Amino acid sequence: METFEPNILAYCCKYCAYAAADLAGSMRMNYPGNIKIIQVPCTGRVDVLHLLKALEDGADGVYVAGCLEGECHFISGNLKVKKRVLQVKKILSQIGIEPERVEMFNLSSAMGPRFAEIAVEMTERIRKLGPSVVGLYQRRQAAVN
Amino acid sequence: MSKQTTGAVLIAGGGIGGIQAALDLANSGYYVYMIEKNASIGGVMSQLDKTFPTNDCSMCIMSPKLVEVGRHINIRLITLAEIKEVRGELGNFEVDVFRKARYVDMDKCIACGACTEKCPKKVVDAYNQGLVKRKAVYVQYPQAVPLKYVIDAEHCIKLTKGKCGNCEKTCPAGAINYDDQDQNVTLKVGAVILAPGFSPYNPAGKLIYSYDNNPDVVTSLEYERLLSASGPNQGHLVRPSDHAEPKRIAWLQCVGSRDTNTCDNAHCSSVCCMYAIKQAIITKEHDPGVDCTIFYMDMRTHGKGFENCYNEAREKYGIRFVRCKVHSVFPMAGGEKGQVLDYMDEHTGKWTRTTFDIVVLSVGMEIGPQVRELAQKLGVGLTDSGFCRTAAFDPVSTSRPGIYVCGAFQGPKDIPQTVVEAGAAAMRAGIALAGGRHTLTRAMSPPPERNIYGERPRIGVFVCHCGINISGVIDVPAVRDYAAGLPFVEYAADNMYSCSQDTQDNITKLIHEKNLNRIVVAACTPRTHDPLFQETLLNAGLNKYLFEMVNIRNHGSWVHKEYPQAATEKAKDLVRMAVAKVAQFQALEEARLEIDQNALVIGGGLSGMAAALALADQGYPVQLLEREAHLGGQANRLYKIAGGESVQDGLDSMRIAVANHPNIRTLLNAQLTHVDGFVGNFDSTVAHDGGTETIRHGVAVIATGARESRPTEYGYGGDARIVTALELDERMRQPDPALQQVNTAVFIQCVGSREPQRPYCSRICCTHSVSAALHLKELNPAMNVFVLYRDIRTYGEREKLYKTAREKGVIFIRFGLDDKPRVQVKDGRLEVEVRDHVLQRPVFLEADLLTLAAAVVPYKDEQLARFFKVPMNADGFFAEAHVKLAPSNFATDGVFLCGLAHYPKPMDESIAQAQAAASGATRLLSQKTIRTSGTVAYSSPMDCSSCGVCTAVCPYNAPFMRTDGPFKGKADINPVLCKGCGACVASCRSGALCLKGFEESQLMAMIECA
Repeated sequence: METFEPNILAYCCKYCAYAAADLAGSMRMNYPGNIKIIQVPCTGRVDVLHLLKALEDGADGVYVAGCLEGECHFISGNLKVKKRVLQVKKILSQIGIEPERVEMFNLSSAMGPRFAEIAVEMTERIRKLGPSVVGLYQRRQAAVN
Repeated sequence: MSKQTTGAVLIAGGGIGGIQAALDLANSGYYVYMIEKNASIGGVMSQLDKTFPTNDCSMCIMSPKLVEVGRHINIRLITLAEIKEVRGELGNFEVDVFRKARYVDMDKCIACGACTEKCPKKVVDAYNQGLVKRKAVYVQYPQAVPLKYVIDAEHCIKLTKGKCGNCEKTCPAGAINYDDQDQNVTLKVGAVILAPGFSPYNPAGKLIYSYDNNPDVVTSLEYERLLSASGPNQGHLVRPSDHAEPKRIAWLQCVGSRDTNTCDNAHCSSVCCMYAIKQAIITKEHDPGVDCTIFYMDMRTHGKGFENCYNEAREKYGIRFVRCKVHSVFPMAGGEKGQVLDYMDEHTGKWTRTTFDIVVLSVGMEIGPQVRELAQKLGVGLTDSGFCRTAAFDPVSTSRPGIYVCGAFQGPKDIPQTVVEAGAAAMRAGIALAGGRHTLTRAMSPPPERNIYGERPRIGVFVCHCGINISGVIDVPAVRDYAAGLPFVEYAADNMYSCSQDTQDNITKLIHEKNLNRIVVAACTPRTHDPLFQETLLNAGLNKYLFEMVNIRNHGSWVHKEYPQAATEKAKDLVRMAVAKVAQFQALEEARLEIDQNALVIGGGLSGMAAALALADQGYPVQLLEREAHLGGQANRLYKIAGGESVQDGLDSMRIAVANHPNIRTLLNAQLTHVDGFVGNFDSTVAHDGGTETIRHGVAVIATGARESRPTEYGYGGDARIVTALELDERMRQPDPALQQVNTAVFIQCVGSREPQRPYCSRICCTHSVSAALHLKELNPAMNVFVLYRDIRTYGEREKLYKTAREKGVIFIRFGLDDKPRVQVKDGRLEVEVRDHVLQRPVFLEADLLTLAAAVVPYKDEQLARFFKVPMNADGFFAEAHVKLAPSNFATDGVFLCGLAHYPKPMDESIAQAQAAASGATRLLSQKTIRTSGTVAYSSPMDCSSCGVCTAVCPYNAPFMRTDGPFKGKADINPVLCKGCGACVASCRSGALCLKGFEESQLMAMIECA
């Protein structure tokens, strides 16, 4: 059986996480291509809906990567989204979806290697969990239609 | 003015000081030439891992400024260059600049790094403090500005021996030019700012530290690179010699500072105590099990938030602090790893021997011979220690008119103080050249914008090969063809180099030809290239927000080299997402705002007057408010400045200048009663002389000061012989003849400072007591003078006073917080008992004069804070926008901060900060109108449920509830104050708030097709 390649979305803030991803590139780090980044001005922009919608539309995992705590460019956006991530985890466990599919990470723009590490970590984690039931359902529906 | 002044300034040095000065000047109407000796700007700050006391990532906070300098239309960056000569005078200088050849064509280089990969020559990497090797063709660091490679001519095999030529063969852009020549250029400027920075002290050749032959003894800057995520070990902390994880690390303070024995550096370097604490804390964060010990003489944590950091280091992180100057460091005998430290333990009085895995030498700052030579050539006077000589009342002017200074060259200092001085230097240059403002600057003049409202999206997609950087991994034509088939895509093409000028021209042509109204570029990172492509859109008559960038290089080909198939698929996915998003884009408008040209300065003390004069000298009308009946504030009570200058003489000339200035209106006995409005248009109501009036102003400077606290200990108030520092100054000022008759004078330090209930250090008292002690010794050399202290904090070149005081016989006795001196009046005798730290026994001093160094305390003006919506810290000082890089600004736009209201500081630092605050204000005033970003939040009042969460969530006070009109009580956003973070949007319960450029529909479109 071929390995399951998960589809993972990452909301990255412009100032830290996105810059760290850029640095990971400049440093020619290597990580699997399962991660697709959506840049946001600040992780504080990311709402519960964005996380749920990603899963609903077939993503197998989704995470938010913001500045280190206390270092948010907009003061406290990363702390606000942290709560939302916890909330989504709770919702997921209530409806029988693994809460580990959603995660919050903090890193500075100088942490290119950490960005790559996170990408690997999340890919591995979701691979182990297997495809999300929502995604499976979506794909089955698509096949039927 | 007889001759027209040149509206350009030359800044020598591209460190954080030079960068700040350049941005202040270029954004207020002057053309700037920035000369940098290295291949890229950033200076020492770019090498730091974190910055104290907040441990912010250094590169994160700095790189937006680097990028801004690199792309600024009114800053010309000249790298690998140095000043040869400066002719002429203030207003009209001619500067000869020598520029070394780069051997890489900056217009062609695309920073792909192919040359470095193929270069066979390895060279010691100075950026990483020689801990690793780099290649002979290199870029200093990944975020460097300009991000262009350079050939190290000294080591390049082709340039030295005529062989190799690998880089030329590899370079896909043809950027290598071995025939590049050194150049001499002459620049015409009105003023010069020297910001050359410092050289870290080099401990090589000093046998006592065994630094030369021992890789596990490192300098603090080397350790900084070891800690850094972008450093040689990717931030994984190991012992350099064998890569074992260290268990015990020692920091040795004052290496190359406060030392006239092994070197000639009598000064204190001001920053080493704090950076050692920072490094120890970060080390503990890496691995809490590491034992961290800092060996120090006096712990100098005299800045804002520093003492808290010191306390945390001890109490929370368990970092050990040992007071002593370590005698020597040597390696363990017989092959075993480790460094042996011998030192005298103060508590036991015995020699103690300990071993450590790594020893960090906290090296000080000094001014290198090149900078000293330059100063001599320019006719700029230096102090004994080699720093630039300045005067307290004009802290950033050198001895040569028209040449200003900022940063460590002015004296050892940290980043915030450097940034303050950079603002001050920009201000002084700006005042001198006010006649030439806007004469040499350029402005963009794009063609009129085409209205695309209602048009069906016609998207152009451009996929970049980036030489082989992208196409070496990703199948670029396949991505292009895929893009061509996406909805609304009208045209798709691939480019060899999307960033080259001919591609820009081509995109412009295609926008017209194909009538494109939205553009997607799939290439490198928007963080560096967004502005370039946005400019192209502008030049093609399109709104610049109709653009989206897809990062298929840094997030694609560079990181998925091993999975080319997956990388191509991912690139297609990302392009699809971007196309879906951009299809939803609308043209965004940038709100324009008129800036009222009046300034309001609140507080008529030294700082307030300095800020008012700086603004008024440039022609801006200033209203200066003072709550008392006279100007001058606390400075009215002071005798002399640490350097010996008379405070009252300087203050008098400032008062006269203020009184006679046609642009300054002073309101005494004035009280602010109400403030309305925001940046550009404040309406402040002031009560004064029995009436009230409303003042319209565009900017405000808060300079409300602080005061001396009234001591509640050491018998203060019960005996005329017990006085505070300011009371002593008043007696010196009279002068009181009784002072000469004093037999024994005692000073007690930290009275009300560094106590649990008031944890901060008041910064100025050590220097003040030492100066006063010296003055008493001058009055009567036979007088016994004792200073009872906890740590002497005569930072920077003030250390010289401390040394002189000891030489003149002033006796310094140290005490601890748990064993404070006791004061009692017995039979009319004033007796001070203190336990001597050397004798380890109590001594009794019979004093005729006891001076208490009382804490500097803020006014905690909560009403003022509310008026301008500015925060205060726990101690009651106003909280600046950013501790490191915006020390004189508030997060609230248009409001600035200086002087004691920010934190206790000496007069020269207050004046510099006042000028920096004025410089920040000038950036706004000089533009007359400002444009805000297009990506701001907006509200749909129909959907608003008036819950008010947005107003509570926003750190910038942009949301407000409408007070009239049909939507009274509904939320609205002030686009001028909005920074576009989207926090309010995500918090809105009713979907009434949206963020332009990141609309719900746009994000959802991306998610749907991800």
